[in-house]
Amino acid sequence: MRRALQSETALETRTTRYLRARARFGPIEILFWVVAFSSIWLLPTRHLILTETVIWGLFALSLDLILGYAGIISLGHAAFFGVGAYAAGLLAKYELINEPTVALLASALAAAALGFATSFLVLRGSDLTRLMVTLGVSLVCFELANRYGDLTGGADGLQGVTIAPIFGLYRFDMFGHTGYIYCLVVLFILFVLARRIVNSPFGLSLKAIKGNPLRSAAVGIAVNGRLVAVYTLSAGYAGVAGALLAQTQAFASLSMLSLERSADVLLILIIGGTGYLYGGIVGALIYRLLQDYLSDLTARYWQFWIGLLLVAIVVIGRDRIGNWISPVARFAAQLGRRPAPTTTAGPEKGG
Amino acid sequence: MLRPGHGDAVMLTIIFDGVAYGMLLFVLACGLSVTLGLMNFVNLAHGAFAMAGGYISVIMVNRLGVPFAGGLVLAFLLTAAIGAVLERTLYVHVYAKSHLDQVLFTIGLVFMSVAAVDYFMGSSQQFVQIPAALQGQFDVFGVGVGRYRLLIIVVCGLLTIALQFALTGTRFGSRLRAAVDDQRVARGLGINVGRVFAITFAVGSGLAGLGGALGAEILGLDPTFPLKYMIYFLIVVTVGGTTSITGPFLASILLGVADVAGKYYGGRDVNIGDVAIHIPDVSAFVIYTIMIVVLIWRPQGLFARGAAR
Repeated sequence: MRRALQSETALETRTTRYLRARARFGPIEILFWVVAFSSIWLLPTRHLILTETVIWGLFALSLDLILGYAGIISLGHAAFFGVGAYAAGLLAKYELINEPTVALLASALAAAALGFATSFLVLRGSDLTRLMVTLGVSLVCFELANRYGDLTGGADGLQGVTIAPIFGLYRFDMFGHTGYIYCLVVLFILFVLARRIVNSPFGLSLKAIKGNPLRSAAVGIAVNGRLVAVYTLSAGYAGVAGALLAQTQAFASLSMLSLERSADVLLILIIGGTGYLYGGIVGALIYRLLQDYLSDLTARYWQFWIGLLLVAIVVIGRDRIGNWISPVARFAAQLGRRPAPTTTAGPEKGG
Repeated sequence: MLRPGHGDAVMLTIIFDGVAYGMLLFVLACGLSVTLGLMNFVNLAHGAFAMAGGYISVIMVNRLGVPFAGGLVLAFLLTAAIGAVLERTLYVHVYAKSHLDQVLFTIGLVFMSVAAVDYFMGSSQQFVQIPAALQGQFDVFGVGVGRYRLLIIVVCGLLTIALQFALTGTRFGSRLRAAVDDQRVARGLGINVGRVFAITFAVGSGLAGLGGALGAEILGLDPTFPLKYMIYFLIVVTVGGTTSITGPFLASILLGVADVAGKYYGGRDVNIGDVAIHIPDVSAFVIYTIMIVVLIWRPQGLFARGAAR
């Protein structure tokens, strides 16, 4: 009896220790964020481009939460991005909420509400059904925004938006310095939060669901509840990304809801790798650099090379690319003396 | 013999146009239905083959002076050849991969095709020169019948009958159906599923190419074609189901008529008898909503018999 109790407490401490070890920031991660924040002073001329990169990174991070951790394929994630963007734009335009940070929260809630409402549609069915349903939801949102042009500005976009200074102190300047710092801080806060969530027992249960929904249900994980929760969370994150774009550009348009945006964010996440949270940010950086380089090379046709890259990634195999990266990850793990973090792009099984 | 009133004639014309549009969609999408049903492969690049067919007929008819019918046949043959080559060189590597990989791979192909066509043919809309005999329309009991649309209905109708016969009446058709029903058992019975699929893929691509060539006039042909119509093809296949060709056929006709009627009546008052009914301007919105409802309600497709697997 006592023995059983003892082993139970031992198991408990072991589990807690494991979870704590997973949650600890490693040296490479700390370095990553130091470099990211030092760009505020080191690259002042690139802040506009970096702002865009940070927003793409946050958007891809939101997709990673459902794709990399819960295994839900979405081809309509732009719906939440666009809803967040329009919410932020409308709140500022009609001066409903002037404080940008509060408006950001409100936009996140709007997107999360849509995510919660539509999450029940993606619980069932195969990958293809999910793909079509998410795509359908985003198309419906696009059509609605297009139809109610009186409110959204239709094809011209939402114009005449003025964003108030943050906390009434920091005005959005035309060089994008304030905007960049604002976006980077928001990204960091949300990243830490997401990191905390995916390393919690909740996050581990998501990975179990991704691996095998049936067995997860058998060991007592409430599969549907967890999926609804993470889908709502991810929609909220995407909404924040959209709201950031609307606030920094003082503009919202139909392209923020478009299929191209959903496809691009999927592409960014795949370039960076799924299932380790940094994939979205790394992917956004690579994507941005590629876009710059390829646009210089072939101007209008850079999409061709992006397509070629995608085809190559798939034909070579994402797991094989992951294997090239894993020595780096192992090295990082040794430095931090913690269990090896999940490498990029594990095989996308299940579903 | 009652002569139909004006409102009825308009409605009949709309139904006619809708059926033509729907049959076109069917010919465009039936290849995708086989890809999905047989290999469980999500081919988002199916529209790229249709676009290829459209541009092939533009080049052949407008630049090289091939007769219109010849352009259609060439569009079919060349697109089928492209499909066969791509299937053997690229697609085979991706069949066994996850759906996510298939989506990425085919979206990549779409991006490449869009940019490549833009590079070679320019981004403006292209038109195939249609012979004068096929232009204009004539009246049947006050109903305006477009000649070109009639041609589409005839060609697509014949193709549908031929497909149905090939599927139910030939040895190849029964092999194909066996492979769709249960791939492993079909393999066990000595059917070369890979070859059956390669042939079907080529024919499906060819049909998409033919549809693209025929439909350039109605659907509009520019480099964004694969993205613009991807959702329509997917709707046809998911709503129609993948177990037969009657399902996708009915789904296409429904979609075609609904789309044309929605575009015409949207935002207008319609008199039915003495009652004026206002129909809101909602076509695309309603189509997407119906798609979502059908997917949730009957994931196997609206017209599918019980799940085969």
